Amino acid sequence: ARSSSALGQNLTALIRKRRLDDETLQDLEDILVQADLGVETAVRITERLARDRYDKEIDDAELREVLASEITGVLEPVARPLEIDGARRPHVVLVVGVNGSGKTTTIGKLAAKFRADGKSVVLGAGDTFRAAAIEQLKIWGERTGSTVVARPQGSDASGLAFDALKLAREQNADLLMLDTAGRLQNKANLMAELEKIVRVLRKQDETAPHTVLLVLDATTGQNAMNQVEIFTQVAGVTGLVMTKLDGTARGGILVAIAARHGLPVHAIGVGEGIDDLQPFEAKEFARAIVGETITEAGDDAA
Amino acid sequence: MFDSLQERLSGILDTLTRRGALTEADVSAALREVRRALLEADVALDVVRDFVETVRERAVGANVVKSVTPGQMVVKIVHDTLVETLGSDARPIDLNAAPPVAIMMVGLQGSGKTTTTAKIAKRLTERGRSKVLMASLDTRRPAAQEQLKILGEQVSVDTLPIVAGQSPVQIAQRAMQAARLGGYDVVLLDTAGRQFVDEALMAEMVEIEKATDPHEVLLVADALTGQDAVNLARAFDERLSLTGIVLTRLDGDGRGGAALSMRAVTGKPIKLAGVGEKLDELEEFHPERIANRILGMGDIVSLVEKA
Ligand SMILES: Nc1nc2c(ncn2[C@@H]2O[C@H](COP(=O)(O)OP(=O)(O)OP(=O)(O)O)[C@@H](O)[C@H]2O)c(=O)[nH]1
Ligand SMILES: Nc1nc2c(ncn2[C@@H]2O[C@H](COP(=O)(O)OP(=O)(O)OP(=O)(O)O)[C@@H](O)[C@H]2O)c(=O)[nH]1
Ligand SMILES: [Mg+2]
Ligand SMILES: [Mg+2]
Repeated sequence: ARSSSALGQNLTALIRKRRLDDETLQDLEDILVQADLGVETAVRITERLARDRYDKEIDDAELREVLASEITGVLEPVARPLEIDGARRPHVVLVVGVNGSGKTTTIGKLAAKFRADGKSVVLGAGDTFRAAAIEQLKIWGERTGSTVVARPQGSDASGLAFDALKLAREQNADLLMLDTAGRLQNKANLMAELEKIVRVLRKQDETAPHTVLLVLDATTGQNAMNQVEIFTQVAGVTGLVMTKLDGTARGGILVAIAARHGLPVHAIGVGEGIDDLQPFEAKEFARAIVGETITEAGDDAA
Repeated sequence: MFDSLQERLSGILDTLTRRGALTEADVSAALREVRRALLEADVALDVVRDFVETVRERAVGANVVKSVTPGQMVVKIVHDTLVETLGSDARPIDLNAAPPVAIMMVGLQGSGKTTTTAKIAKRLTERGRSKVLMASLDTRRPAAQEQLKILGEQVSVDTLPIVAGQSPVQIAQRAMQAARLGGYDVVLLDTAGRQFVDEALMAEMVEIEKATDPHEVLLVADALTGQDAVNLARAFDERLSLTGIVLTRLDGDGRGGAALSMRAVTGKPIKLAGVGEKLDELEEFHPERIANRILGMGDIVSLVEKA
């Protein structure tokens, strides 16, 4: 059996072949599938590649270039940093996602970034369910010099959201980021709670939340598409952050998501530290999906 | 929501009215759809390749019984092979060693280790009437030790007192000593989440294993994991003496292909399944259910069985 580290071997084979035939296309499709793009998207991308070049001689450098640029073409339109509307006081960011995806950590990292830009930041400890979730956010508040609004564990999350917005308004803060408990999108009662949080925020500011950030874990496979769909229906997601890209998971489902929904991707998480948040760069992300090995193999061959 | 494998295969195979043995050609056409269905369920590509070959060997020449279609026959073979691969050897947590028996929990960040630690502690306390101590060796994630402490209070299980400034290995040693002195039967060691490409953290994990000689080393992994499942399972298995896998978030609507990927590359049993955030939401692993999920199908198997 070919192991997944056979990525390199696959590509070495590609270098030798050089003709864009069915076998080469299948190998390319496999690489994309292994990066979690999903079969449908992988097929679509390789088909597009084949359209003009089928059976043509193609050198490996060109091959990797065109594959990466096909993907870049899909991702480029969604690569947009998170913009804070200065006219809103505060600009309200609601952060949502499934359990353990990296919501609280991402809030901490974003808070650090906006604090460094001189903005005043309030954090709302809206995860009133998970043990020590409030403590965790408080530590991020200390690290970043942000005010944290919290109620005891077990309190009503929408009540906390109300309090947090009230305080942020009183303080004339630039930014309120609201943490929420992780929830799987197929749990109707928990999703209804999220709806309620949005409703309660709108009682004070009918334009809130101004940003609804869905945090996706790069290790997640095809289910991430479902997450985007349901969270968008329920909470009106306006943008994405993908975390845990410091591992070997490539987060290719983002390509399928971008193709279908066109939601902005604001940033990526590349570690647990306060600085481990990077802008989402379409080209770089595409190259990582296609694989470093291609680059190296190509450079050697050149 | 998903096209079940059966629906797809019906287009290809059910037009065959001929009965008798499945031919190579019948099977090949069907297996292309099987491959695709497995990939859509997040089974890792390498595992899919091997799996499809196994099914091919079993299916070619298999006799199609009268009351089912060739498509149903192939689905049945796929299903049975899945169940067999997933868990012909379901085994519970083993405590058969000199107390205090150490159980070490490992995995990627956010996979559910701490929650699962508390769930297992609750189960062992209530069902096995064991005296259990939990210790958090997570000095990295903000409030991680606090989290385990609170969970301990919720399930009425003791946790090792938190001492600031100790390294994970030092905490592990202190936990083992406290367990010996306190007459505990079981010590659950919750470790920090780590990426397996992070060599420093992987080395630290190995140190913890050396220092505590755990009887069970459980890899806690998210059922929603995609293609990376093989890499992560392999990486943890290479560095530690893994004894089993716990799959979390099976209460989600993911297809659960990661279960097959991890089982196939490590050969280690899936011992338990997390089916919710609450501390009693831990179940035995049911290979049958996961097989059906992976295939996105309902009753076809029992149909064939009755035939
Ligand atoms: N390696 C890595 N770890 C991350 C990243 N982002 C978050 N984490 C870790 O993932 C784990 C879960 O992160 P949290 O921020 O607590 O996730 P959450 O979505 O708030 O989790 P819940 O509130 O329990 O649903 C923690 O151990 C984080 O340190 C990242 O980009 N890379
Ligand atoms: N829905 C669901 N959520 C779960 C399950 N197991 C754990 N969780 C949730 O997943 C999130 C992460 O769980 P933790 O136990 O903190 O994960 P961890 O592996 O200890 O995380 P780190 O220590 O940061 O690496 C929390 O929100 C848990 O409530 C499960 O089986 N189903
Ligand atoms: Mg959180
Ligand atoms: Mg933990």
